[in-house]
Amino acid sequence: MELFTLLSFGDAGWGDEIARGVLVTVTLALATLPFGLAIGLVVALGKNSEEPTLRSAANVYTTIFRGLPELLTLFLVFYGVQIGFTRLLAPFTDARVELSPFLAGMIALGLVFSSYASEVFLSAFRGIPVGQYEAGRALGLRPWQTGRLVILPQLIRLALPGLSNLWLILLKDTALVSVIGLSDLVRESGVAARVTREPFFFFAVACLIYLTLSILSSFALGAIGRWSRRGEAEH
Amino acid sequence: MSAKSDLRPPPRARRWDAPRVAGHVLMGVWIAAGVLLAIYLVGAFSTDFAQRYGFRMLSGFWTTIELVTLSLLIGAAISLPVAAGRLSPNPVIGALAYGYVYFFRGTPLLAQTFLVYYGAGSFRAELDAVGLWTFFRDAWFCAVFTFSLNTSAYQAEILAGAIRTVPRSQIEAGQALGLSRYVIATRIVLPQALVVALRPYGNEVVLMIKGSAIASIITIYDLMGETRRAFSRSFDFQTYIWAAILYLVLVETLRRLWDVMERRLTRHLVRDDT
Repeated sequence: MELFTLLSFGDAGWGDEIARGVLVTVTLALATLPFGLAIGLVVALGKNSEEPTLRSAANVYTTIFRGLPELLTLFLVFYGVQIGFTRLLAPFTDARVELSPFLAGMIALGLVFSSYASEVFLSAFRGIPVGQYEAGRALGLRPWQTGRLVILPQLIRLALPGLSNLWLILLKDTALVSVIGLSDLVRESGVAARVTREPFFFFAVACLIYLTLSILSSFALGAIGRWSRRGEAEH
Repeated sequence: MSAKSDLRPPPRARRWDAPRVAGHVLMGVWIAAGVLLAIYLVGAFSTDFAQRYGFRMLSGFWTTIELVTLSLLIGAAISLPVAAGRLSPNPVIGALAYGYVYFFRGTPLLAQTFLVYYGAGSFRAELDAVGLWTFFRDAWFCAVFTFSLNTSAYQAEILAGAIRTVPRSQIEAGQALGLSRYVIATRIVLPQALVVALRPYGNEVVLMIKGSAIASIITIYDLMGETRRAFSRSFDFQTYIWAAILYLVLVETLRRLWDVMERRLTRHLVRDDT
């Protein structure tokens, strides 16, 4: 029982520190999501293009960021941006460029997320019959309007299961950013574990919080999925 | 040339429209980036660097392969009973197996690794009493232990999913022929399920290779660990570039090999209509 007093809020317990960590974890995942989705969609458009060079360029992107370990991508971004910009600005100023762990995490996880998302979007594109494009043209819609009004709503519905999966992976991958110093759930639990000498308890709490976040996400994603299928016939 | 291809319309004249320009520009950017990277690596390369860190990184590369292979094999063994549990009609066993899979798939591998490696310290007296403390004190065993359990959950889900795709009638046909349960399982169900499972298994191997970089955080000198050590001593960014190249080569080689294997194992499913 005395273990659980360690989780209380205020000076005595670690509840508030861990709650702050959860907030950082969720914020990072939510902040990465829009960039990952947008870049993923653009890369998917490239892969879906009739132009072979555009397809190759998009495929190179996916091959690199899907093949590298997420942790290595994170280090490449974190140190690469610092060293690269410091060297680039060296003739003008001797200031050192520092990248915050949060921003580095956002960039690295965004790269990884978008490369996976582009594959999800691509297979969703392939699931939309060509007749939908032709119908849009027959109605006199411009290509941009066809894309926005006819294709995109169907694309979202088809891509949602895959994207839901990627969201859960993204949520877990944020844990890696603790390694470069972001005070997320894993790092705050680690601090608590070291100070109280109760490592098993605090890392178990962290795992359970991740599980809870996954379960809550699943509920939310399920609701979004039902909303996206609201136009379908009842079975 | 068959008659079919002669009926195709001639290719349209290609103009320099926006996608074509964009495609060439972007490919140009990639190629330029590749060339710049090569120039950088050639310029930064020194025999001193290679002697000091090159061999170590290659040995780290080997450690990564060992770690991944061992974890995947142990995980495959553990996944069999878990997959059986997932398919079991008994609700208690099914729920237990589901909980196991859900836990390992719903939490980050990093948190699991910390839970085992640092968490074992909470049970030092108990582990000492049963003689397991030397096991859990060792980072290498903790990593293999955690990774095996983690991949076993994913593999169990792959296997169970694949077995569910085998139609019930296949099993009933086996029963009608009077085959034993063992023969039905090994000669009818598994061969068909494994063909379905092949691609997800390949993805899982790649995920494990990438995930194994986490071992470097608990002081294991795998490829990532050696790279971080080399970088912390030399502050030379090329260490990370070399690591990236090695990981990409490993993952891409594996992916290609897996494609070849899959084509060979599914060649009876391909219909040659031409």
